[in-house]
Amino acid sequence: MVTIITSIANYLLIILGTIYTLFCFTVFKPSNQNRKEQILNRQIIYMLLFHFLCYLILLLRTENFKTIMFYGVQTCFIGIYLFLYHKAYKDASRLISNNMCFLLVISFIMLTRLSFDLAIKQFAIVVACTAICSVIPWILKKLKALSAFGILYGIAGLLLLGSVFVFGVTKYGATNWISVAGISLQPSEFVKILFVFFVASMLAYSNSFRQVVITTVIAGIHVLVLVLEKDLGAALIFFMVYLIMLFAATGNYFYFFGGMVGGSLAAFLAYKLFPHVQVRVVAWQNPWPLIDNKGYQITQSLFAIGTGGWFGMGLAQGMPNSVPVVETDFIFSAIVEELGGILGFCVILICVSCFVLFLDVAMRSKKMFPKLLSLGFGAVYIFQVFLSIGGVTKFIPSTGVTLPLVSYGGSSVLSTLIIFQVIQGLYIAVEQAKALESQQMEVTNEG
Amino acid sequence: MKDKQQEGRPKARRKKAKNAMVNKQIILVAYIFAGLFLALMVYIGKFIAFDSQDVITNSYNKRQDTFAKKVIRGNILSSDGKVLAESKVNEKGEVTRSYPYGNMYAHVVGFALRGKSGIESIANYNLLTSNANIFERIYNDLTEEKNIGDNIVTTLDSRLQKVAYDALGSRKGAVVVLEPDTGKILAMVSKPDFNPNEIDSIWDSITKEDASGNSTLLNRATQGLYPPGSTFKTLTTLQYIKEHKNLSHFSYECSGKTTVNGVVINCYNNSVHGKLDLQKALAKSCNGAFAKEGAKLNQNSFYRLANDFLFNQELPYQGAYKKSSYVLNNKSDKGEIPQTMIGQGKTQITPLHNALIFSTIANGGVMMKPYLVDRIENYNGDLVKKYSPKVAKKVISTQEAQVMTGLLKGVVDEGTASSLKGLNMNIAGKTGSAEFETGKAAHAWFVGFAPSDNPKVVVAVVVENVGTGSTYAVPIAKQIFAAYQKIEKE
Repeated sequence: MVTIITSIANYLLIILGTIYTLFCFTVFKPSNQNRKEQILNRQIIYMLLFHFLCYLILLLRTENFKTIMFYGVQTCFIGIYLFLYHKAYKDASRLISNNMCFLLVISFIMLTRLSFDLAIKQFAIVVACTAICSVIPWILKKLKALSAFGILYGIAGLLLLGSVFVFGVTKYGATNWISVAGISLQPSEFVKILFVFFVASMLAYSNSFRQVVITTVIAGIHVLVLVLEKDLGAALIFFMVYLIMLFAATGNYFYFFGGMVGGSLAAFLAYKLFPHVQVRVVAWQNPWPLIDNKGYQITQSLFAIGTGGWFGMGLAQGMPNSVPVVETDFIFSAIVEELGGILGFCVILICVSCFVLFLDVAMRSKKMFPKLLSLGFGAVYIFQVFLSIGGVTKFIPSTGVTLPLVSYGGSSVLSTLIIFQVIQGLYIAVEQAKALESQQMEVTNEG
Repeated sequence: MKDKQQEGRPKARRKKAKNAMVNKQIILVAYIFAGLFLALMVYIGKFIAFDSQDVITNSYNKRQDTFAKKVIRGNILSSDGKVLAESKVNEKGEVTRSYPYGNMYAHVVGFALRGKSGIESIANYNLLTSNANIFERIYNDLTEEKNIGDNIVTTLDSRLQKVAYDALGSRKGAVVVLEPDTGKILAMVSKPDFNPNEIDSIWDSITKEDASGNSTLLNRATQGLYPPGSTFKTLTTLQYIKEHKNLSHFSYECSGKTTVNGVVINCYNNSVHGKLDLQKALAKSCNGAFAKEGAKLNQNSFYRLANDFLFNQELPYQGAYKKSSYVLNNKSDKGEIPQTMIGQGKTQITPLHNALIFSTIANGGVMMKPYLVDRIENYNGDLVKKYSPKVAKKVISTQEAQVMTGLLKGVVDEGTASSLKGLNMNIAGKTGSAEFETGKAAHAWFVGFAPSDNPKVVVAVVVENVGTGSTYAVPIAKQIFAAYQKIEKE
């Protein structure tokens, strides 16, 4: 009986996930506001059904009755958040909220399956962070002068990054954590945000050559410090994000391609200089002869993904725990192993849908600062998704970055929630400006 | 007020233009990431749909063991349809593994309890995957019945395996028989052996014996490293051919004993071979001639040739094996050269690898990948996957291979393997008597192929610690060649 239910549920999950993902892209089509609302409401229904089926399978497979409680609390959290948030912010993007919740739901499901204790810990962190971050759109509205701090963001970021040299702890060969009052934090996750603010405010102010040089020097120091901390994934993200923002602000192709060439040379130099970079590259080129040591992680990940196939082994039916650090960097492998490659593609497309929304905000913003800000956050987000999923599938060498909102980890989820809420704030501003404009139009028409 | 508005307008227009420009760049960024993600998804899709098939069968993939809960392990068959391993289910639904031939396939088919070895290990994934009718499988899934796993049809020929197994008798050693033009392994025997049906009960005693150096579990055919002895003169000859256009210049006067680079080299039993050309030197396996002429060869180039033949390299073989080693080059001590040229010294080789070298010569210089699994069928006998022969690499030219074949034919026609002449078949090959410890009898080697004009079968035999290849290895090879001839005629 259990097998019948879980087998059917497994296929239903794929259907629900696929329809949800399709809605992420078709929601832009109808010009009718009611139809849009209808699609967004359906997304929530599909998400809740997905959530319910997964926990049903987990309950039947693990017979851990605590999951019922846990499921209930999660449903309350999602319901309350979606209801209250959009009551408070009438103009906020519902699609961003839906996607954020869906990715969190997938995270809760996978973490419950991988380690119940970690899942509870992560859930508590997410609830606290969501509550705190929800005020960000309101703060953004009140604070008009955010674009004025320019270089101060950069200095603050560098100080925060440098803190690991004082309070640093080494994890997985990289010294990029600090431990303050018993809480471990990864400063680079938060400096990412300061960095985007820094670049956006510098280049929004002016894109004269002088300004570009100053910005580039400070951005370069960020990247260098990250390389020194051996946090290569973050270094790569900062570098790419800076190039993209610089290119968008100046429209100068020379900066972009020159930067790409420079970056490639730097990457080559890093490969020659640092043994830990060589290890990653060697394990990427051909991990099979190194299956016992350097290639262990990536080959285990490929076993998980390959064995899962398109339809997955079913929740709690695979062996995702055989992949090292599966809860954090390698969570995508666990998703494909148990939920299947089709749902893996859904996760990718939902992330892409978030990115499209971020860029939509950037395109519609009238002022340079919010434009660059949302573009920068979009780039930070999507590039991290690319590094994470590309790394665990052996498409690119592994850089050890988390999958935002899905992976276990407080710093990662908090910084991503901040980014999502800043975007919501900018989205609200765009929507209100649009409403104001149409009002003015009406006024002029009447006049 | 009006002035200000007029001033403001061009500014606003400029701002608008700039906005449009930035939006153009943002769209470009969007396209770049769309391209990246498209490539990523195509890659993942390709991996899941195609590449993963080869990846997940890896024996390191622990997930395979969980399949056993849902699937009854499939059977392993010989190419002529004999069951080599099968699963039996008793009334209680308990599954046991049975090996009808007992010891005969102990190493090559292996066992599936207490870890896995042989084909049980390489084909583990397929044995535990069912490609039976989809509705049958869904029905079984829903009723929680086990599905029946796929069968593995091997390249092994039960008749050749039996002949090889019986011919080696109670001696320690190994036999490998393969097809040079396909790489199919037709027989693989390693002794001492064990009964895989009893692996669970004999495990402790076997592992204890193995620790004391008996190595019963070791598949000597692929994991046993032996000095190649005079079989290695084949490679020395090939290097000589590469360096000399005119082979007729080769001339050596054998007095049974010579000194090369300060090392005394004796011919076997101190035989005096007299005046020799290359053909005769190889046929008689004259140590003096190969030590002397070998010492004149370019050792770096010889080192490259050995590596081309996969010494020190990974073998294109799926199962467990050891890498052969050849270390001599220009920087080595000159005193090491003479011994190395005649297959002694530090050189070590596995019987499978020696068979591969001769198979390359037999196949016109092209090395085929040796393989054991011919096809996978579901339990009803419907084909699931067929494995086709694959080229490993081109090692030497067709012409070099032809010349070498002619010289190796001389070994049978007028040399150390002349007892093979009795078979009505042209055979080419090389004997070897590999000394491994002073005062102990040599390991007897024979590696050869037939028919020499159109090679169809390669045989490699090594018998440990008995004496010369002519006396101990050639007769075993003779029985296998004879059996092959008989099968061909049928």
